[in-house]
Amino acid sequence: MERPERPRANGCGAHGALRNGFVRGPPGTQINNIVHNGGLYKRPFNEAFEETPMLVAVLTYVGYGVLTLFGYLRDFMRQWKIEKCQNATEREEQKDFVPLYQDFENFYNRNLYMRIRDSWNRPICSVPGAKVDMMERVSHDYNWTFTYTGRVIKDIINMGSYNYLGFAQKTGACQEAASKVLSQYGAGVCSTRQEMGNLDKHEELEKLVARFLGVESAMAYGMGFATNSMNIPALVGKGCLILSDELNHASLVLGARLSGATIRIFKHNNMQSLEKLLKDAIVHGQPRTRRPWKKILILVEGIYSMEGSIVRLPEVIALKKKYKSYLYLDEAHSIGALGPSGRGVVDYFGLNPEDVDVMMGTFTKSFGAAGGYIGGKKELIDYLRTYSHSAAYATSMSPPVVEQIITSVKCIMGEDGTTIGRARVQQLAENTRYFRRRLKEMGFIIYGNEDSPVVPLMLYMPAKIGAFGREMLKRNIGVVVVGFPATPIIESRARFCLSAAHTKEMLDTALKEINEVGDLLQLKYSRRRLVPLLDRPFDETTYEETED
Amino acid sequence: LDFSTPRYLYWLFCQFELITCSYLMEPWEKVLFYSFNLAMLGLLLYTTYVCLAFHASSAFQLLCSFLGNPRENSLSVVK
Repeated sequence: MERPERPRANGCGAHGALRNGFVRGPPGTQINNIVHNGGLYKRPFNEAFEETPMLVAVLTYVGYGVLTLFGYLRDFMRQWKIEKCQNATEREEQKDFVPLYQDFENFYNRNLYMRIRDSWNRPICSVPGAKVDMMERVSHDYNWTFTYTGRVIKDIINMGSYNYLGFAQKTGACQEAASKVLSQYGAGVCSTRQEMGNLDKHEELEKLVARFLGVESAMAYGMGFATNSMNIPALVGKGCLILSDELNHASLVLGARLSGATIRIFKHNNMQSLEKLLKDAIVHGQPRTRRPWKKILILVEGIYSMEGSIVRLPEVIALKKKYKSYLYLDEAHSIGALGPSGRGVVDYFGLNPEDVDVMMGTFTKSFGAAGGYIGGKKELIDYLRTYSHSAAYATSMSPPVVEQIITSVKCIMGEDGTTIGRARVQQLAENTRYFRRRLKEMGFIIYGNEDSPVVPLMLYMPAKIGAFGREMLKRNIGVVVVGFPATPIIESRARFCLSAAHTKEMLDTALKEINEVGDLLQLKYSRRRLVPLLDRPFDETTYEETED
Repeated sequence: LDFSTPRYLYWLFCQFELITCSYLMEPWEKVLFYSFNLAMLGLLLYTTYVCLAFHASSAFQLLCSFLGNPRENSLSVVK
């Protein structure tokens, strides 16, 4: 006799079998944006990008339309000399030559950016810790020129600096060690790494970084941007394939283009798109000759700073192993900020660092210094020491900066004998969860993963970009607002970077002010509808849908 | 939330300014933009008044001609 059918939770097949990708929950409370993909993830991967409300998108386009019309009017007046032209133009004698300034391309720059320019390039005059001092400036000709009033705005809560673990300090162990090294070595090195610039401090730093990351060997460079743009050309060349995420940073894009390899883009964090590209690459080979690719390199970032999303590293590594390609992971924002012991996105997912072929990161964000590193196998790093442009031509890192990194890495690892590092990593995680939860409850649209310390708050309309920056500064909170071209044209946002140095009182103050400004400017767009993550299980039928 | 207080109306005006980006404009641009908007709005209201009045009165006349003369009009419903 057959048993009567019990009511089943969503996603269950016959006989209680659970379909891959669905979290079993009591009926009615099905949470659709948490993913457990076949056991690759040891913890729920909770990422959401709420869709732009239709009315908001229409009104944003209206705003841009009005600005464009007035932009044309102002350009007309400038050309016919009705109004004084304050941006750069050629002299009268040069008007018949090939034009020096691309007037049309700077249309956006002249007509929108100039109007709201006072929210950027604000001069600060203290260490960029949890609170910062800023020089007050006014503009009498609508942001074309600025003058300083001479006053200093003190104790602005700093929600814009990449100070994830709070190591941007002027007192403490890091500062003392750095000043001792400054008196011992001086500030400049006056040479490149390959000539006379290889100090014993650099060797010590590289061994320490390799131990911190869990790789065989590492190399440090003076500039994070230069690490990417100068080392990718050393690793790949013509005849290789680069698979790069849609939203990769400019340094990765520049490095990929300089290398001369073929570049193919996959949709942001979309593993089906990546697998399709990999399959096509293996099956079809190079475009004309059909020869196999010499190397396939996948470029991803740990945390994407404009979206606040975390890469799906377990799936990327599974794909990399299946199709025998290489992985280049840029942990600029995630090193020190993610993971139970602060060792980045590999630690966050509990994976083996040896699975990632090239681990790149920067010291700017979580270590309070400047520079970048690349970690990997010993053969790779020895090759880079000889063939990288950055090693051959760039000046080596300044010794006090190196000492700051050494002290902060030892602090995070706990080797200086205290638990400060561990406490800071945990404080950052708590701050992240608290801040994101409170903002979502207030009704703002927040992008990205629950655990990422980068919090983008959507603004959408161009006037609100300027208004948000100014209103927050009036209330003594410093934020970074971002618009086109760093983001898509209607998706402008305010980006908060949380820090372990922020106390709960500071966060509460900031949240209160953000709430007030959100009501004032009508920024609470969220319709509180959870959009299900497009994460389908790996089966053959999904490829037709990803055809574009 | 009192819908008629001056404070609420000012806030509503600020929202209009933010959406149409007149918050970012210099004063003479604002004057130009608002006068254009008011001119368009005035034209819209006038056209509505004229057209609606005409259509409403002609529709009313048609209705009256149906109901006014039941014997002469062949289209009327026979009770």
